[in-house]
Amino acid sequence: MSKIIKIKKGLNIPMVGEAEKILNTTPRSSTYSVCPPDFHSLVPKMLIKEGEKVKAGSPLFFDKYNEKIIFTSPVSGVFSDLVRGEKRRIMKIVIEADNSDDYVNFGMANPADLSREEIINKLLHSGLWPAIRQRPYSIVANPDDKPKSIYISAFDTAPLGPDMDFILNGQENEFQTGLTALGKLTDGRVRLGVHSEKTLNDGFSNAKGVEIYRFSGPHPSGNVGIQIHHIDPINKGDIVWYVGVQHVIAIGRLFEKGIYDASKIIALAGSEVLNPRYYRVINGAKISDITGTNLRNEEDLNLRVISGDVLSGTKLSENDYLRFYDNIISVIPEGDKPEILGWIMPNFDKFSVSRSFPAFLMPWKKFRLNTNIRSGERPFVVTGLYEKVLPMDIMPMQLLKSIMINDIDMMEKLGIYEVSPEDFALCEYVCPSKIDIQDTIREGLDSIRHEFA
Amino acid sequence: MKALINLVEKVKPNFEKGGRFEKLYRTFEAFETFLFVKGDTTRSGAHIRDAMDMKRTMVHVIIALIPPLLFGIWNVGFQHYKATGEEVAFLDQFLFGLIKVLPIIIVTYASGLAVEFIFASLRDHEVNEGFLVSGMLIPLVIPVTTPLWMVALATVFAVVIGKEVFGGTGMNILNPALLARAFLFFAYPSYLSGEVWIYTTLQEGQQLVDGFSGATALAVMAAGEGTMPSDFDMFFGFIPGSIGETSVVAILLGAFVLIATGIGSFRIMASVFIGGLVMGSILNIFAVNDFMAMPAYKHLIMGGFAFGAVYMATDPVSASQTGVGKYIYGLLIGVVTVLIRVVNPAYPEGMMLAILFMNVFAPLIDHYIVQANVKKRVKRMEKVRLQTQA
Repeated sequence: MSKIIKIKKGLNIPMVGEAEKILNTTPRSSTYSVCPPDFHSLVPKMLIKEGEKVKAGSPLFFDKYNEKIIFTSPVSGVFSDLVRGEKRRIMKIVIEADNSDDYVNFGMANPADLSREEIINKLLHSGLWPAIRQRPYSIVANPDDKPKSIYISAFDTAPLGPDMDFILNGQENEFQTGLTALGKLTDGRVRLGVHSEKTLNDGFSNAKGVEIYRFSGPHPSGNVGIQIHHIDPINKGDIVWYVGVQHVIAIGRLFEKGIYDASKIIALAGSEVLNPRYYRVINGAKISDITGTNLRNEEDLNLRVISGDVLSGTKLSENDYLRFYDNIISVIPEGDKPEILGWIMPNFDKFSVSRSFPAFLMPWKKFRLNTNIRSGERPFVVTGLYEKVLPMDIMPMQLLKSIMINDIDMMEKLGIYEVSPEDFALCEYVCPSKIDIQDTIREGLDSIRHEFA
Repeated sequence: MKALINLVEKVKPNFEKGGRFEKLYRTFEAFETFLFVKGDTTRSGAHIRDAMDMKRTMVHVIIALIPPLLFGIWNVGFQHYKATGEEVAFLDQFLFGLIKVLPIIIVTYASGLAVEFIFASLRDHEVNEGFLVSGMLIPLVIPVTTPLWMVALATVFAVVIGKEVFGGTGMNILNPALLARAFLFFAYPSYLSGEVWIYTTLQEGQQLVDGFSGATALAVMAAGEGTMPSDFDMFFGFIPGSIGETSVVAILLGAFVLIATGIGSFRIMASVFIGGLVMGSILNIFAVNDFMAMPAYKHLIMGGFAFGAVYMATDPVSASQTGVGKYIYGLLIGVVTVLIRVVNPAYPEGMMLAILFMNVFAPLIDHYIVQANVKKRVKRMEKVRLQTQA
């Protein structure tokens, strides 16, 4: 067995509402959506007009700056609505689903027999290409690049994060086919990060054609960025790709069945979910069709519904949709009520890394955490705190400061290519100055990209 | 509870844009957030946030300052009655101290917060909590006999020149509380040296006992004459000195609070003490006079050493910000303090100057630590480049 990479720094936030390992199916939603903001810095160009009929796998729009990358419909139906945001930015493309399961046929094939170009073309045409993202920058990969290696993390350590073993159950073959396809895309290796104890599914631990790395330790050890950093850190000029487990399965299905089957299993979790469970859904499904009556409904209680985990997910409005990369819907209470002298009270119901709250005396306790920010933004004051939750050889505060003054040279020197906003999510969580750290990291990555674009 | 929140909500429009007191909005907001944690929620990124915030951080430092404060108040009375030779009850000693110390605290907070509120309004940012701690530190590091107008002047100087000109809390280079003390020392040397440590303004019928000396242990050692207090007295703090600095026991209690809550840096505290011990021992070896020959451990319980190590050197803004840097920064403070005390006879209290001096050098220490991280990355890249070429 390979050596275990022990992640020591980090933090598991104990939250109420982990999903029970029961798989439910939801009735078909009436509408589905693809949301271009899911794909950072994407400028979509529409390929069809409102009212046109689409099949599952029919192209909807493409990337203005890379016409090869197209995005397709997850279901068959009618393109019914285009939702625009500020500056007429396209926010949502809504498909009214019909009752048939009409798929575009991309043809079955064994990826082992195909060339790299054939596999890339298949992925591009089916609309599964955007499943492959690259580091640095955490954006959709460019099909013209040759990545150094491809990374997949087989476990999720985020608060309430889904059990990937459970999700993989019964889909091991598709997963393996997907891995085989990915293996053709790089001259290097496909690297699978598994948990040293929690990963028990043979589909992961006996996966073929990949290098398996075993990790242990608290969140964010399941973040692919942390795993890359410990396996082979990214240098300037390097490009690596990464794919989520469920997208590897979808890629496998594309080759085995010849269709873009956008179904996936998500966890519906959080303290405000009455019965937190797993659901099989189609990507882009309407959230309210999944949550249904399964949410706590009290007067004077507002809920925050998040596509993704509570540390780096997307806040959803009413009538919103499941996002492309997410494996979880988290529902927590909004913290929109003032608390008298809240900053000095003992606060038995609050969790904190600081031992100035009694939480550290109750290591068994799980918390019902809300979205209250607790303070206005302050300058950096406390030092040495981010370092405790960032298991990377990176100096977080110095990097953040170099981004704030837009010092490109210093950002490079301090390792901006190795980081992604989600890796800094815990820093943002613990920050007593309440600085929006993930946004800052994203800003830094954007300015580096524009500098060299 | 609800009524209070409603009341605040009711008067709020007066302070908002277009309201009658719009200029006082930041002041209003400071009191509002003091009364309750607002119902503001996260917008993006981490939807949940740690319950810790700046107010709670600062308040815990103040809690850690309570033991030296209480002891200091009592010690003011104790020293006074010791000087007059009167026997009074414990409570009377404490009350005497309270009457002398409380005005200093009130003047410090009033003058400092006034400056903070003005700058917050001018710059239109929230009032920062930093001064809550500075305002308690300043009274504890000055002699009880300091005139109140001087306290106010020093506080205003420290906040404006020490902090606000650099951009406010979090941006300052020097520790504001120490700057206030340094300002007093250099601007009014005659008020801050000699027999200032004990309140000896006498009322009718009082007189000083024969052979009274208000000199601190440091002054005794520097002058090479007079009697040194016992180790016991120095450790427990029954000696003259700045209001809060005398009792090492009380300070260690505070240190425990800071370390247990994780708010004060253990690295800095420990390394300051080690640095002082090491330098003291080195001087012992080359001793040519009594001060150099004095056992090194005495430095740690004399003067402001312990207070500086626990409360001043650990100020995260003016200290070194990197992990390794904190050890170097702390060690050097200990070393420089002892060096100034022993080698420079003009000014025996080296702690204040050593910390201010190292405040200035902290960014330099950090620079080298950061460069080490940068070099590692460059080396890694070089290695990969050579491999791919080969």
